[in-house]
Amino acid sequence: MKINIETVEHVANLARLYLSEEEKAEMANTLSSILDYMDKLNELDTTDVPPTAHIIPLKNVFREDVVKESLPREEVLKNAPEKERGFFKVPRIIED
Amino acid sequence: MEFETVIGLEVHVELLTKSKVFCSCSTEFGGEVNTHCCPVCLGMPGVLPVLNKKAVEYAIKAALALNCEIPEFSKFDRKNYFYPDLPKAYQISQYDLPLGRNGYIEIEVGGKTKRIGINRIHLEEDAGKLVHEEGKPYSLVDLNRTGVPLIEIVSEPDIRTPEEAWLYLNKLKTILQYIEVSDCKMEEGSLRCDTNISIRPKGSDKFGTKVELKNLGSFRAVRRSLEYEEKRQREVLASGGVVVQETRRWDEARGITIPLRSKEEAHDYRYFPDPDLVPVVIDREWVERVKAELPELPDARKKRYMEEYGLPNYDAGVITASKALADFFEKCVSAYHDPKTVSNWVMSEMLGILNETGKEVEDIPFTPEQFVKMLKMIDDGTISGKIAKEVFRDMFDTGKDPEAIVKEKGLTQISDEGELEKIARKVIEANPKSVEDYKKGKEKALGFLVGQVMKETRGKANPQLVNKILKELLS
Repeated sequence: MKINIETVEHVANLARLYLSEEEKAEMANTLSSILDYMDKLNELDTTDVPPTAHIIPLKNVFREDVVKESLPREEVLKNAPEKERGFFKVPRIIED
Repeated sequence: MEFETVIGLEVHVELLTKSKVFCSCSTEFGGEVNTHCCPVCLGMPGVLPVLNKKAVEYAIKAALALNCEIPEFSKFDRKNYFYPDLPKAYQISQYDLPLGRNGYIEIEVGGKTKRIGINRIHLEEDAGKLVHEEGKPYSLVDLNRTGVPLIEIVSEPDIRTPEEAWLYLNKLKTILQYIEVSDCKMEEGSLRCDTNISIRPKGSDKFGTKVELKNLGSFRAVRRSLEYEEKRQREVLASGGVVVQETRRWDEARGITIPLRSKEEAHDYRYFPDPDLVPVVIDREWVERVKAELPELPDARKKRYMEEYGLPNYDAGVITASKALADFFEKCVSAYHDPKTVSNWVMSEMLGILNETGKEVEDIPFTPEQFVKMLKMIDDGTISGKIAKEVFRDMFDTGKDPEAIVKEKGLTQISDEGELEKIARKVIEANPKSVEDYKKGKEKALGFLVGQVMKETRGKANPQLVNKILKELLS
């Protein structure tokens, strides 16, 4: 077992996921088996293989620096549960 | 024990592109709240970011001006964290393959040139703006800034004093303004700085425990907070204590740093390559083209001012620290024979009035040509140097031509000998005591009489002529 419950809890917290004790145990299992598989891949000698940054054989896809119309504000705020004076309204963030 | 301070700076600079880095929304500062947003910068599902070529070009330009290497291969990564100013819950940034590496900036400390290394420069997107209103149980979010291109410039821990940090920042800002990739306005957030500082025994090659400082709203705040923190940490160590690794907030009003609620969990950003963005391959031709387009940089310009115009080190440094000021100066010099005279005026009167009014060089309402006209009016005796200062202020306030101001206000120097003689006689009559003193050999008394004539003419008399006339009348 490569992943213990503590690690699952840490990762879940980072992703803002709330798991039951059962789910945590299951995740520890599943994630461990994924890492086991990675170990298998690691057996391959990749000394002379450059790391893959991207799987699509494309590079330098650019756009020119041209301004186009943005969305009307009503659209921007349409999904917001709460808004005020054109802003998104969120629970108070303590400056940290 | 003797201690040594080690400082590193992380500077974020917004690039002057018209549109955002991954979408076509405007980057304009101060727009109506949430009106420069689209599905891409709002982080809607299913959208595809496309890289702004100009942003890459500006980043390359900055990297070259800061003496960095530009690797051929670069890519974008996702930096994952939750915060309301980051709608995607990740920031597109660069992790292990930044656009620039291993550069440096040179600063002048105590008459010596010191090189401060630059570890890396990378391109990323800015986050939105949070507004916390006093006493309200909520925060407000404006996403106009989300996706504005930023470069992050990370120094090596080569800085040893708060003064060096301050000099480094000023030099960095000057260079970035010269190459016109950012306006570097701290008050508008287009330049932001975080610092870290640690103390170690002098001669040690290990670093001490570092403290990060935040909430630095000006270069002065950077310097003062480092001075405070340097003293605090030295005192902790000197009294046998241990510096705690933490982030501290600079309290500008109280002039102290305060620990922020220390987050126990270390940041765990889980960087991974952004699958939406394909790699950037910068061929050498592109690098060469950008290099060829680089303007003369501040250090080179300063050197030229000293060699070509014979300016002192100090003058050349002050003038070239602002590109706009140096441009103004150079236009004047191309139309006027004496660079040092121009430099004197620029350094005293012009910087003086800009300082006083809080204005920028760009706000000067008159042209270099008009300014040179004024200098020539002094040379040909139309106005005295003293009156010129008055004319200069008027030009600054109104943008009018010096000739027009002199004419309107009747400031032309009086060089009519007949007229001056009349006034001189009046002054002589009114000051018998001084006349007597002068005749007894007190040279100073003549100065007093000249002053009286100047007063009578409200400063407009040609002082050399007055001197001559008085001497003749009294001999």
